[in-house]
Amino acid sequence: MAALRTRASAWWAGSILGRHLLVALLGLVVVVVVLESSSDFRNLQLASMAYLGIAAGGLTVLTGLNGQISLGHGALMAIGAYTTALLLDDREASTPLPLVVLAAVVVTLLVGIAVGAAAARLHGPYLAGATLALAVAVPGIALYFKEQLGGEQGLRVVLPDIPAWVLDLAYFVTGQDLTRSRYVAYLAWLTLVITFVLLANLARSRVGRRWRAVRDDEVAAELAGVHLGRARVSAFVVSAAAAGAAGAMMALTVRLAAPSGFTLTLSLTLLSAVVLGGLGSLAGALLGAALLTFLPQVVTDIGVDAGLSDIRAAELAPLVYGVVMVLVILLAPAGIVGTVRTALLKRRLRRSAAAQTRTAGTNPTAPGTPGTPTTDPATTTSKGSTT
Amino acid sequence: MQQLLNTALGGLTLGMVYAAFALALVLIWRSTRVVNFAQAPMAMVTTFVALVIVDAGHSYWLAFAAALASGLVLGAVIERVVVRPVEGGPEINAVILTLGLFIVLHALAAVIFGNRYRSFPAPFGVRGIEVGGTTIALTGFGIFTILAVLVTMGLLLLLFQRTDIGLRMRASAFNPEVARLLGVRVGRMLTLGWALASVVGSLAGLLIAGGSLVHPGYMDSVVVYGFVAAVLGGLDSPFGAVVGGLLLGLALSFVSGYVGSQLVALAALVILMLVLVLRPGGLFAQTAARRV
Repeated sequence: MAALRTRASAWWAGSILGRHLLVALLGLVVVVVVLESSSDFRNLQLASMAYLGIAAGGLTVLTGLNGQISLGHGALMAIGAYTTALLLDDREASTPLPLVVLAAVVVTLLVGIAVGAAAARLHGPYLAGATLALAVAVPGIALYFKEQLGGEQGLRVVLPDIPAWVLDLAYFVTGQDLTRSRYVAYLAWLTLVITFVLLANLARSRVGRRWRAVRDDEVAAELAGVHLGRARVSAFVVSAAAAGAAGAMMALTVRLAAPSGFTLTLSLTLLSAVVLGGLGSLAGALLGAALLTFLPQVVTDIGVDAGLSDIRAAELAPLVYGVVMVLVILLAPAGIVGTVRTALLKRRLRRSAAAQTRTAGTNPTAPGTPGTPTTDPATTTSKGSTT
Repeated sequence: MQQLLNTALGGLTLGMVYAAFALALVLIWRSTRVVNFAQAPMAMVTTFVALVIVDAGHSYWLAFAAALASGLVLGAVIERVVVRPVEGGPEINAVILTLGLFIVLHALAAVIFGNRYRSFPAPFGVRGIEVGGTTIALTGFGIFTILAVLVTMGLLLLLFQRTDIGLRMRASAFNPEVARLLGVRVGRMLTLGWALASVVGSLAGLLIAGGSLVHPGYMDSVVVYGFVAAVLGGLDSPFGAVVGGLLLGLALSFVSGYVGSQLVALAALVILMLVLVLRPGGLFAQTAARRV
């Protein structure tokens, strides 16, 4: 029994891919349970949480692991969404859905290469400025090419019919008929899980280590043979690809790609979600996306109750994000997930230190295990994780 | 020919405003190494202050002065209260902080002043001047814009080059440690720098708003143009920012006049990317050296 446990824990520590897949599988089970037990309206809300989560996941990898900022993820989502809309313009559109999503990802990736290559070679706030320009510029493109991109009204997205085997499978597993909103929610969450597994693996791989090395110390990274520019551009491109997938899911959920959906506010709130959850943590990104989806309704209701008009009350949610973002940076730069993780780590350290002093006190014949040296490397790792 | 002249004149006027805004960004970047993306909503808030005063029946000039004064206070308060803790910390925290401020000021203005477009008065005519029978695109307000920016730049130049306090501000920006050793109150100088930059930003906001419509997001694109102009000039040089602003104003005016006004922001993005790829140090960079 003990051997089994050690073997299991060795596998848990050793096989990163296996661990991520296991978590993903558990996540999928949770998704099925939650989606099946909620209404159509909630399903759509959850779908929008999923696409915000995908974009936030991409952004958190860029900002948290590589130390760069993008204010253009809303615009990159727009590129994915418009690609999807152009491919799904009527019911006869014959492109299979996975190909559509793939196309959206590829097109966004290409734009990501163009913007990232120009800005990511430099340090400091250049990428922030360039992506800010992207966020402001992209809606204008849709307005200028009115015939192709629909101008102010945007493009309608026609959701293809649900394949028969999916309907059969859904009925077989759940015993309920699959509604279209639930289908979209499944698509979005499936994409989220796939994206997160890919991002998590990438973050733990050689590529991810390079990103972190560049973030922490440019000179040391360069001395170790890491190509700074390549590491920065690749981080931006991966992040952009995630935004493209998010855009495709948004187009399918909202069934519309219009300039008004991709304002600068979207990019900024995505960033606030990532900061809120904790930079570099995918769980934090998901938490942030949940807040972006469910907080506005609550805050707006409070505002209306306090006597504000509907339009003004709708601005309270961004106010909350902004205030929380400033407070997080000033008080808890590691975000919610990071702060909780650090607190847990500290508690565990204190406990093990206490346990060790106790054993050292009761067993004077074993002076070789004092508490301090064992805690030293551990405290440095906890420091490392907060930065 | 006439369109060419008018486009150029329009570009010159706009370029002056971008130059002022870029100057505000550069002033803050030089002293605190922060690109203040919140400059746009800060200017917007002060413009709304002016609008409230005008709507209450007071004169334009009182509102103008009040807006600049509120800009001064806002800049100083923001530096002292929220920016000071992240100064010298990781670059990314400062950027995120200014973006948080961006969202806060934006939403706050929308809650307090409402989210609709409101017209903002201009003290001078906003119709073209007639020269020899043809109307040219230089308005009375346009002339005021150019003069106001020029006067402001002249005053800033005097302050930095000819006064004691300007010298201290330059010293704090150049080397805070040594300046502190020499008895300069560096913290105060940084606050003053932010306050002055915020005044210049407010001026740009008032000049953009004059005779046009304002709403909480009306300065958002201007911060992009200001940033591009500042990068054109090298982000470190006030002179470069002014030249960059003028060049960008002209370029964008031609894009707007001959291609389409929807693509102005895209043109700014393309210009920014070209500069970053070809001359990352700005148009006037002598060496591309960077200390690590």
